Amino acid sequence: MAKPIDLVINGKPYKLHCDPETPLLTALRDELGLTGTKYGCGEGQCGACTVLLGGVPRRSCQIPVSVAASKAVTTIEGLEKDGHLHPVQQAFLDAGAFQCAYCTSGMILSSVGLLSTNPTPSSAEIAQSLQGNICRCGTYSRVMEAVHQAAKAMQGRGR
Amino acid sequence: MSGPSVKFEPEPERYEFSAGPMHHFDLARRDFFKFLGAGIAVFATAKNMPANQETAPTRGFHQEELPAEITAWLHIGEDGTVTAFTGKVEIGQNIRTSLAQTVADELRVPFESVTMVTADTALTPFDFGTVGSRSMPTMSPQLRRVSAAARDLLVSAAAKEWNVSSEGLSAADGKVTDPASGRSLRYAELARGKTLAQNLPAEDPVTPASQWTIAGKAIPKKDGRAFVTGKHQYTPDLRRPAMLYGKVLRPPSFGATLTSYDAKTAQEMDGVVIVHDGDFIGAAAGNERDALKALELIHAEWKELPQSSSKELSAYLKQNAVANSDNRSRRTKGSVEDGLSAAKHRLDATYTVAFIAHAPLEPRAALAEWSDGKLTVWTGSQRPFAVRDELAGVFHIAEGEVRVIVPDTGSAYGGKHTGDAALEAARFARAAGRPVQVVWTREEEFTWAYFRPAGVMEIKSGVGADGSLTAWEFHNYNSGMSAIDTPYVVPNQHIEFHSTKCPLRSGSYRGLAATANFFARESHMDDLARAANLDPLEFRLKNLSDPRLKAVLEASAKSFGWPRKKTHEGQGFGIAGGLEKGGYVATCAEVAVDRSSGAVRVVRMTTAFECGAIVNPDGLRNQVIGANIQGLGGALFEAIAFENGRITNPRFSSYRVPRFRDVPEIEAVLLDRKDLPSAGAGETPIMGVAPAVGNAIFDASGIRLRSLPLVPNGLPRAKT
Repeated sequence: MAKPIDLVINGKPYKLHCDPETPLLTALRDELGLTGTKYGCGEGQCGACTVLLGGVPRRSCQIPVSVAASKAVTTIEGLEKDGHLHPVQQAFLDAGAFQCAYCTSGMILSSVGLLSTNPTPSSAEIAQSLQGNICRCGTYSRVMEAVHQAAKAMQGRGR
Repeated sequence: MSGPSVKFEPEPERYEFSAGPMHHFDLARRDFFKFLGAGIAVFATAKNMPANQETAPTRGFHQEELPAEITAWLHIGEDGTVTAFTGKVEIGQNIRTSLAQTVADELRVPFESVTMVTADTALTPFDFGTVGSRSMPTMSPQLRRVSAAARDLLVSAAAKEWNVSSEGLSAADGKVTDPASGRSLRYAELARGKTLAQNLPAEDPVTPASQWTIAGKAIPKKDGRAFVTGKHQYTPDLRRPAMLYGKVLRPPSFGATLTSYDAKTAQEMDGVVIVHDGDFIGAAAGNERDALKALELIHAEWKELPQSSSKELSAYLKQNAVANSDNRSRRTKGSVEDGLSAAKHRLDATYTVAFIAHAPLEPRAALAEWSDGKLTVWTGSQRPFAVRDELAGVFHIAEGEVRVIVPDTGSAYGGKHTGDAALEAARFARAAGRPVQVVWTREEEFTWAYFRPAGVMEIKSGVGADGSLTAWEFHNYNSGMSAIDTPYVVPNQHIEFHSTKCPLRSGSYRGLAATANFFARESHMDDLARAANLDPLEFRLKNLSDPRLKAVLEASAKSFGWPRKKTHEGQGFGIAGGLEKGGYVATCAEVAVDRSSGAVRVVRMTTAFECGAIVNPDGLRNQVIGANIQGLGGALFEAIAFENGRITNPRFSSYRVPRFRDVPEIEAVLLDRKDLPSAGAGETPIMGVAPAVGNAIFDASGIRLRSLPLVPNGLPRAKT
């Protein structure tokens, strides 16, 4: 038996017994039951599987679980704190920035990552930064609005 | 083993869906009061619904005097909770919210107290499918009438309780009040201890749209919180104890048949189940990687067929047209020949549209579980009852032994009418004796799903000296009949649809063939306007009599600022409109073209849409703008490429879909006609996009593009 892989996901430690080449996405969904992170394409093109790795948005379908072992992983399940939505989640909810919402987890994580390095992005910077996230229902304009709203809310709270 | 369990056939009714009572809704073994608890229930039946409703005959209800044919029903529990049941599916179009608004509005209860149970063949009435933009025009009125009847029942119950006449009692905010005495009873109190079921009375007036209080409002998506927290479980997110993951070995090309295979090594893998049944072969394992590894170890020999390629598509469709014997697919008025001789300007042009993919972000998926010979399947399908029947047929069991449940699904756009993944998962699960989940990869989704059909449209037309249309001859090869008729007034017409042999598996796509037919017609109208030396909007209005279509054209033009003066090189404006599925749409577009690089950018779009009384303006706006953005993909760059029975661009890296930077400034102008019944809105708003953009490109560059997609590789470069 290969030695277990230690992961820290949403602040919790996990020990995984799986092939180290398993994509992080598969490990999250099939080994740990964290199904909020979605499969969309398996080639890093659609952004549905976006998680934060050491605070940086990454495509979890492209990252072997062994590579994720050294860094803190944040998934959509880790954003809500004590029943309070993260300001980005709240902004998506308020703006109705979804239709089928299958892309929403990835959109939110990409936006959280963006706002952590650029707290007041312009529309062009948001579009640039979310270019890798596909919303097939075409709710891009509302996602844009949600990110602007979240930026404002986070400034207000100093978050 | 019995025959092949995977069928790849085009849908029989891909052009127009007409619901017929061909299935059975079996309530016989269910006692829903046991299931839901005591309370009050009201049923809508086919008998007291207008014709052409989506109904099915049933075999009555155990121990209760209940109607034989049920189309929708509603239950009010002893705690006042309201549960409404419909076979419709939530796929992002927001019916869970808008139908709940309808119920809350008519029943006079807070929106939050309404729960919608959708798309579960064991719980919800038969439904033909969530197709053809029918949820609003058919399901919404049914639920409204059921709710009105339930409200009347509650008022009568209160009147009985107080021993007064029900005249003068009022129902509001979840309670019945007697204004004379000031006393009131909550619905919960009135439902307590009762098991009262009633068929819908034949005549029961409902609230007119002008008096709606909850419907007509911008209410946020029901359960929105579950989606922003990742808690909502789509089909691929479901897990069952001891569940396996199934992977199907796909043929190398369309139509290839399995001649022999060797799965010995794969079979020796620990915990792997190999299933072979006809042309179906696959592996199920405790994790996805093992299932994939097992597939690699199977040596299969296939016999392939020579096939056409996308390069010769238009010629193929014309050459393979089937002789037309169906009178429903052609119509003639006056004489096109006479109309053409009377014309001052004549125009003859051919238009084409490519195959495109729905590419829903949630790929086809299903989870199947057998228990005591009964089958339960969770799957993202627009037609749960059709999937149930397909499963029952394939596995030779009664419909009542199959339960299909559709979790709110990661979109469909007409692409999820079939039960492919459900059949595969059920086949695996039967062999494995354990629950099995099948989730298609993106490549499978791009290859083995079906496509929006490609088509060729030919138009011959004439316009008189005064700018009136004199002749219109329109032929559509393969893509379909939706919106094939011209909405313009033309005395001499011939319109015909030609079936052809189709090189790829095709089916419904948001708007069906209307996008192709709008594109051809509205591009052609633009050229005719120029021939007649009239402004494109003026030319359209001159040849129209339909006031609703005129109204959207004028509304979109007004908001857009049509006609606009060009302010810089490369700028162009276009307009297009039409009607379909009870909705009226007009789109204006502005483009910027760069003739030296060939780049084309859509800068701005204004779409006016009218679908009768608006149920949820926020949801509607979201649908209209979303359809416009999705429409940009098919208009500008989406096309499936194929060769020798293989899709050559089956990935998001090679099949381009609209992304953030493709999004123009975009406006939806919603016309609320409270005097008209609500029509659906999921499809029609997509239809004006391609011709409006094509017309704008012509305005900007003088280049008339007659094929969709318009500019997959940019505009032809200007010679310098």
